[in-house]
Amino acid sequence: MVRDLRTKFCGIGLKNPVIPASGTFGFGLELADSFDLNVLGGISLKGTTLEPRFGNPTPRIAECEAGLLNSVGLQNPGVHALVNEKVPALRKLYGGCIIANISGFAVDEYRECCRIADACEGIDIIELNISCPNVHGGGMAFGTDARAAAEVTAAVRSVTHKPLVVKLSPNVSDIVAIARACEDAGADGLCLVNTFLGMRIDIKTRKPILANRTGGLSGPAIFPVAVRMVNQVAHACSIPVMGCGGVATAENVIEMMMAGASAVQVGSENLRNPFACKEIVEALPGVMEQLGIERISDITGCV
Amino acid sequence: MPSITKIRLEIISNLPVTHNCFRLELAGEGLPAVAPGQFVQLEVPGKFLRRPISVHDASPERIVLIYKTVGEGTKVLSQMVPGQSLEVLVPLGRGFDPGICGKHALLIGGGLGSAPLYSLAKSLLAAGKHVDVILGFNTAADVVLLDEYRALGTEPAVVTLDGSYGIKGVVTDAPIPEHDCFYTCGPLPMMCAVCRQLEGPGELSMEERMGCGAGFCYGCTIQTAGGPARVCADGPVFKKEDILW
Repeated sequence: MVRDLRTKFCGIGLKNPVIPASGTFGFGLELADSFDLNVLGGISLKGTTLEPRFGNPTPRIAECEAGLLNSVGLQNPGVHALVNEKVPALRKLYGGCIIANISGFAVDEYRECCRIADACEGIDIIELNISCPNVHGGGMAFGTDARAAAEVTAAVRSVTHKPLVVKLSPNVSDIVAIARACEDAGADGLCLVNTFLGMRIDIKTRKPILANRTGGLSGPAIFPVAVRMVNQVAHACSIPVMGCGGVATAENVIEMMMAGASAVQVGSENLRNPFACKEIVEALPGVMEQLGIERISDITGCV
Repeated sequence: MPSITKIRLEIISNLPVTHNCFRLELAGEGLPAVAPGQFVQLEVPGKFLRRPISVHDASPERIVLIYKTVGEGTKVLSQMVPGQSLEVLVPLGRGFDPGICGKHALLIGGGLGSAPLYSLAKSLLAAGKHVDVILGFNTAADVVLLDEYRALGTEPAVVTLDGSYGIKGVVTDAPIPEHDCFYTCGPLPMMCAVCRQLEGPGELSMEERMGCGAGFCYGCTIQTAGGPARVCADGPVFKKEDILW
């Protein structure tokens, strides 16, 4: 039997639910010569700000059991390069859903950045990143306070008709409160979770491994927490949820969807295996067959 | 961006070459060509991220890596035996440009920086260039690859910091042979001194803690004269003018 991998997110049809997560797949172009990107349900592009950013000093990567910490700090060429160069170049190669991940340091900056992204034809979804833990005075500061999250969501809502998805931080005590605030402020969907703020220390030098001292923890280590948060939010909100956090296998994709996700992002796994998303897509029909799943969209939120 | 292959390779040998360095030979069908200065991302059992290791020598269906046991990952690697296999991503990065060489290249390696320069020496010699080599180490016990360089027909000048082998001092204390270009790989202070003191076009191979190793996670970005550059994909080999010392 043919297994149906198609799903929908915010009214947009996806050929499958597998999407490389923002920051773990560059602007899509980097791997375009290594495999056909069109196997992917969508691509979430690297977090972009109004102005170009160098990001944090190196080391920006630290390893840990079952995952890694990063403190890249939103290195990006700025939103003008995104809409004028990156997205048009990717659109030539890729027919699936292109998600622009927009970040910032102030409400006005988020609004302006999204206004520019809104005018870009190649972008299907705007993912509002209010959860980057590696920049100071912005990013996660909006994602850890319900009122600030609502304010930035509403500001961006007023300048875009594209589907607006807010990417949430797990570094909160009540993720449902933040999720509801974003929904009430006009978000069309939610993506969760971004990374957990963490730290590693080199015990020989007695110094933090990351030059930024702290960084965002991701990878299989966070998967169960992400599943729990997706499940809580999916039950509490009526807008669709994109599940993200430690997804590494086709089985993880199924689990995340059962928890309530309509589509699933794969992050850290790309860093150790650039072919991870392609391999997950290829493995899904077999896993669905074992589990007696005919249409993958049927399992969303069954738990 | 060039195409990357993920391939499982069999360990042919994995033997110590000094008190803390190992020579790992891997083979497998379908191995893509690797240029001098390029590297691989090597799977290490039990570790989340792969380890970026420069390629010492390559031939069809075979690569040789020289690595130092610096942490847990490389310790696990050193305990692996022939017959076991490892998955690698290959080839990665931008290697040395033989095009900057007129007739006479000078290669300066520090420590295990001597490893990737070996395949460069081989290809420059094959192209009919004259190659001189200077190798620097901390101490006699660290001296490595000398016989392999000699087998190519070069006679490397060796310096050690403590004078226990060859000339006492740093690589720039060795007599500098005539050359029209240079290539260097080793500790940053050494490469800085080399790039400041030597005339002519030069290239150096940078090192940075990496995530993906393939240019899409932006974990290893450094600031260069031409703007932000990813060591893994825009490098690891850079022109000397690119580096902001």
